[in-house]
Amino acid sequence: MPATPHLSLSLGPLLYLWDGPKWRDFYFRIADEAPVDHVTLGEAVCSKRLHFIEPHVAEVIERLEAAGKKVSLASLALVTLERESQLVRGLVRDSIHPIEANDLSALGLLAGKPHSIGPLINVYNGATARLLASRGATSICLPPELPMASVSEIVRDAPDVAFEIFGFGRVPLAISARCAHARSKGLVKDNCQFICGDDSDGLIVETLDRQPFLVLNGVQTMSHTCQSLLQELPALTAAGISRIRLSPQDCDMVTVARIYESVAAGLMSAAEGLARLVAAYPGVPLSNGFHYGQTGASWIEAPAGARHGGERWQMR
Amino acid sequence: MELICPAGTPAAFREAVDAGADAVYCGFRDETNARNFPGLNFSRDELKTAIAYARRHKVMTFVAINTFMRAGQEKLWHDAVDDAVRLGADALILADFGLMAYTAERHPQQRLHVSVQASASNADAVKFLVETFGAKRVVLPRILTIPDIARLARQISCEIEVFVFGGLCVMAEGRCSLSSYATGKSPNMNGVCSPASHVRYREDGSELVSELGDYTINRFPAGEAAGYPTLCKGRFDIAEERGYAFEDPVSLDVMDHIDALRDAGVGALKIEGRQRGKAYVAEVVSVMRRAVAADATERPALLSRLRRLSEGQKTTSGAYEKRWR
Amino acid sequence: MTLPFAMTAPLRFAPLPLIEHATRLVFAQVVRQHPDLFDRLGEHADKRYAFVPTDLPLGFLIEPAARRISVHRKPHLPAADACMGGTFVLLLALLEGQLDGDAVFFSRSLTITGDMEAMLALRNALDDCNIDLPADIARMSGPFAPLVRRAASEIRTRALSGEAARWN
Repeated sequence: MPATPHLSLSLGPLLYLWDGPKWRDFYFRIADEAPVDHVTLGEAVCSKRLHFIEPHVAEVIERLEAAGKKVSLASLALVTLERESQLVRGLVRDSIHPIEANDLSALGLLAGKPHSIGPLINVYNGATARLLASRGATSICLPPELPMASVSEIVRDAPDVAFEIFGFGRVPLAISARCAHARSKGLVKDNCQFICGDDSDGLIVETLDRQPFLVLNGVQTMSHTCQSLLQELPALTAAGISRIRLSPQDCDMVTVARIYESVAAGLMSAAEGLARLVAAYPGVPLSNGFHYGQTGASWIEAPAGARHGGERWQMR
Repeated sequence: MELICPAGTPAAFREAVDAGADAVYCGFRDETNARNFPGLNFSRDELKTAIAYARRHKVMTFVAINTFMRAGQEKLWHDAVDDAVRLGADALILADFGLMAYTAERHPQQRLHVSVQASASNADAVKFLVETFGAKRVVLPRILTIPDIARLARQISCEIEVFVFGGLCVMAEGRCSLSSYATGKSPNMNGVCSPASHVRYREDGSELVSELGDYTINRFPAGEAAGYPTLCKGRFDIAEERGYAFEDPVSLDVMDHIDALRDAGVGALKIEGRQRGKAYVAEVVSVMRRAVAADATERPALLSRLRRLSEGQKTTSGAYEKRWR
Repeated sequence: MTLPFAMTAPLRFAPLPLIEHATRLVFAQVVRQHPDLFDRLGEHADKRYAFVPTDLPLGFLIEPAARRISVHRKPHLPAADACMGGTFVLLLALLEGQLDGDAVFFSRSLTITGDMEAMLALRNALDDCNIDLPADIARMSGPFAPLVRRAASEIRTRALSGEAARWN
């Protein structure tokens, strides 16, 4: 099976709250070691958290660019306050780096400038992708819940834009004005004491049967499972996807990126890649159900034709 | 202020008109609208009859086509727009940019309202939709406080409609994949949240257990009021704590704040509940009609009777009051 | 909202064939008056729906595709795809759309088990039909008609007065 030369890896914005030094060191290591071409940085989840990373943004961007990575800046996913609107306006006005739009306000303000579209903007069809491309979007990371049938149609329908898929990480499922994370610890959003920073990989929500189900990340709710489209890389490439997004979790993301790189290049079977992924991010089940139009939390074995290194897989 | 009322069936539509709605909103019987529930919604003929009935009573009809077009099947959504326009809808309530673009291009005279599902939560977002698609009205997401709404109203040029009574989305609308994560069916793609096909209720001793897909999402002890089986109102365990992680089973009621909403610049009050029966529609619309006209001091007595009809038999002001956050 | 014993007594002690015969007459009359009743069911028309009054020793099974209703003594109810349980007058009020199903469900006065999608479809179909039992039955003829008519009116009156008291 041929390698997949056009598939590149990108690192999405870190969605959790990490303290400044940990955040900085994470990106320094990404700059030095991770085989990703593109890094999107910045706070997308909660405007209250911004001051944790602000002191380190400049040095992180410098290190990433020195390592040859392309850098984009993420805008906020939920903008309701005047202060938040000002933040987005400032970002769009002042940034020398391309912006990833994560809400409609950024989308509006970015008209006419080259920009990218984050996975939290609702792009469910080619007409929407074409409209966004006509306004300056050069790449679109499609919503994680999109099934492959839609992905293929959209890519075919909007040839002038590059498409990215949410290929690794806990899936951002919802965002609220209310902070469930703070509430769970007896606090309210306005006096949250940045309690979400205690859970560097999210706070697990279990069902009443003690089944891990979701994780809280401040005002965002994420899947407990980690979406992995490692088996599906050949199919995604064949469909015209040009980038795979790895969403940072509190695990060894350099190893994760290397696994995706090896499997994408045909140097490692998907089966071996998955086994290594489970070892790199232990205790978190993998899921890919969204890709197959099934329950998002589920894990579906890829059909034989879609497997990469299929012979080795079947020998397992 | 206009009262915008829900109808899931022609019978409920007539009840809403008779009870004093200024406008009734409804959808077609397919995936093009966000209440795509079994046995609900309108055929083309039913909509035609309903619009004629509304016109005779000087009531407007809004047609919700507020899911996101499935790639490759856009015709279903395009037909819904074309037919709603042809049948004389007074406004279309849309969420998908691609569909808004289609509507603005094919039917430039058609009044376009931005659905709550579009999640336009700030002035720049609304301006984008007004400038790009000529939107005349925006239905604001249920995540803003009244001061947020007032500030927004001063910065935008289109009309504002807000939800004041009925179901309460805890998450920003149109941006929630909780349902598809647990069931494979989503509000954005399929027009359903926690679809009935995946809901099971069973009795376990004296408790009522609700399950969604493979997940237990609540246990109601005997005598405790129940709610919809939506994930955001489920009971969960977080570490050693058991409880409602996101929100209790409650529904929205901000009728105490009608005057503040009017002062904030809100022109239309929306009642949620296309999935509810005609008895609910008749009761809620007539009470709300009186409440809008009544003095602020008379409202609580009028509105208290509606609480019995609500999810969990409790109501909240939700995000309209800052302390909810 | 439970019926007084005097009213349920005939349903408790009458021979089952007699009750079933009367029920079928009413059902046939309702279907005649509302020919589009089951149109909204779509794929769910083939399913079997049980209605089990908690205050009667009986259960009713409706098979929309066959336009059939049958009456069974507890606990010999045949298997159904979806089952609704509540007091007899509550079930009748829902049949007529006098009550909102969600609201009575929230109040825990109603139980639903089995295929929720099918039951929801039927609920919505009924809700759109404006069934009015006393009026529908008034058009009925035959030896049972006066008896059934009187019972329906009586039940309606009691059901609605009970509801009004509860809602206010």
